[in-house]
Amino acid sequence: MIISIASGKGGTGKTTVATNLALSLGSHTRFLDCDVEEPNAHLFLAPELIETEAVHTAIPVIDNQLCTGCKKCSEICRFRALTVVGKKVLVFPELCHSCGGCMVVCPEGAVQSGERQLGTIDMGYCAELGFVQGRLRVGEAMSPPLIKKVRTHQNSKGITIIDAPPGTSCPVIAAMKGSDFVVLVTEPTPFGLHDLQLAVEAVKVLGIPSGVIINRSDMGDDGVLDYAKQEGVPVLLTIPFDRKIAEAYSCGTPIVEIMPEWREVFRALYRRIEDLVHGGGQIQ
Amino acid sequence: MIRELVVVSGKGGTGKTSITAAFACLAQNGVLCDADVDAADLHLLMAPLVRKKTDFLGGCQAEIRLDDCIGCGKCRDLCHFDAISKDYVVDPISCEGCGVCVDLCPEQAIDFPVKKCGEWFISDTRYGPMVHARLGIAEENSGKLVSLVRQETRKLAEDRGYELILTDGPPGIGCPVIASIGGATALAIIVEPTVSGLHDMQRVAELAAHFKVPGLVCVNKFDLNLAMTEKIEAYGLTRNMQLLGRIPFDPAFIKAMIEGKNILEHAPESPAAVAIGEIWQKVLSFPAMNSMGIRNFSATIQ
Repeated sequence: MIISIASGKGGTGKTTVATNLALSLGSHTRFLDCDVEEPNAHLFLAPELIETEAVHTAIPVIDNQLCTGCKKCSEICRFRALTVVGKKVLVFPELCHSCGGCMVVCPEGAVQSGERQLGTIDMGYCAELGFVQGRLRVGEAMSPPLIKKVRTHQNSKGITIIDAPPGTSCPVIAAMKGSDFVVLVTEPTPFGLHDLQLAVEAVKVLGIPSGVIINRSDMGDDGVLDYAKQEGVPVLLTIPFDRKIAEAYSCGTPIVEIMPEWREVFRALYRRIEDLVHGGGQIQ
Repeated sequence: MIRELVVVSGKGGTGKTSITAAFACLAQNGVLCDADVDAADLHLLMAPLVRKKTDFLGGCQAEIRLDDCIGCGKCRDLCHFDAISKDYVVDPISCEGCGVCVDLCPEQAIDFPVKKCGEWFISDTRYGPMVHARLGIAEENSGKLVSLVRQETRKLAEDRGYELILTDGPPGIGCPVIASIGGATALAIIVEPTVSGLHDMQRVAELAAHFKVPGLVCVNKFDLNLAMTEKIEAYGLTRNMQLLGRIPFDPAFIKAMIEGKNILEHAPESPAAVAIGEIWQKVLSFPAMNSMGIRNFSATIQ
């Protein structure tokens, strides 16, 4: 079972839901932090990291001895990562999408494979919970290839909880694609509603069943509830604003640690998701 | 000389858009730019009247003409993005638009039409013109659209004689953020006093240091954790950022949002509104924001 925790709007409580759900499920669960631009789950889970690996993407390196300046490589590159000035090829590694086209078309074998670091993947444990996070190198623009790499660590047998980045564009899609269920965390405000609508559309494009969690549910209006009812998206949980939760969050303390009764709430949330997924998988 | 203040945060949901809208009401002779094209919200507080709507054409996408395809498998071998199925249908979500299959198909059976990835708008609001956009669902090229929106805002400001651009930036540190901060006069970093707020601000400050942009730090909801607020401010100072001030936690922000207003319109006497007024004065008196547009590189984030 792969559950992605997403939201259109940032700061609605994705990481709070994802970490507390994972902590409540415990063993046989693996946590993947796919918000690689700003990975925060480690601040709440305090995992013991066992291994860190650097993740690279392929970029062209030109062998000037072999290059004849024929321009075939720059002609196939749609991302303008290669330009020929006079007879010399200039490479702009940060623009390269690693499609490999330049290497295939070079008649001289002068385009060789180099690499650019995208970031790192850290792996470890938080008690019985498996933990994996991606961390984008500061200055790197492309997060989807790193997110896809983090996704390769998902748990094939047990439960995988994915903390997705905010938004609705390619990084979020890379984080959610292929999951069994998407939990959309929102807040009951006009911003929350607007971005939830975008997120619901994105989930529909992927054809994944979804449900909504309304965080700080007593601070806003009924717009989100009305929308969820109208769209037939189940509301899985509402979490009222509680200064105690907000203050614990600010220090990096999970809710289930200060209020252990929430463990049962998150376990019930998981059972509800299981029912929704196995009960035909369609949005009810 | 046009100055552009870009509002960023690293972490999402710290109050960028609510604060940008309040700044818009205090700024005079300014143009608004919503650079958070992925989940744009500024229009919800600005009620923009769209004057001009333009399609945003992003990259191209491969489409195999099955009538001409002989099923040789070359495209599937070449594709680094696993975007082509066994029955030769291109998955639009996985296709990166590299065109390698298009160029190298022996039967030339692959088309490469340009995709419409979104729309961008020039609008009027009660506080002046606004340039904003909507990226299509699940689309790529958000960085390209951010660059376009910022360019168009600058062009509009030049043409109509505006001197100030207020840009509401996206969260994170990836491609749309990189596209938002290059060439900015100054960054206002809105931080919430939490472990995540600090962590994410450190990442965005590191990114901004690459671009040699001056930075201003503002802690929103500071009273949720005073010790963390102090830690954030101390960190800002170590990176040569200026402190703008603190805004208290105030549910009036949400009430204002529900009315489609900014907090200065909704509750001008509230402590949060007063704090924002003082913060705006500090923004204006910040040397990098001088009307002469003189760039002082010693003032950049280090």
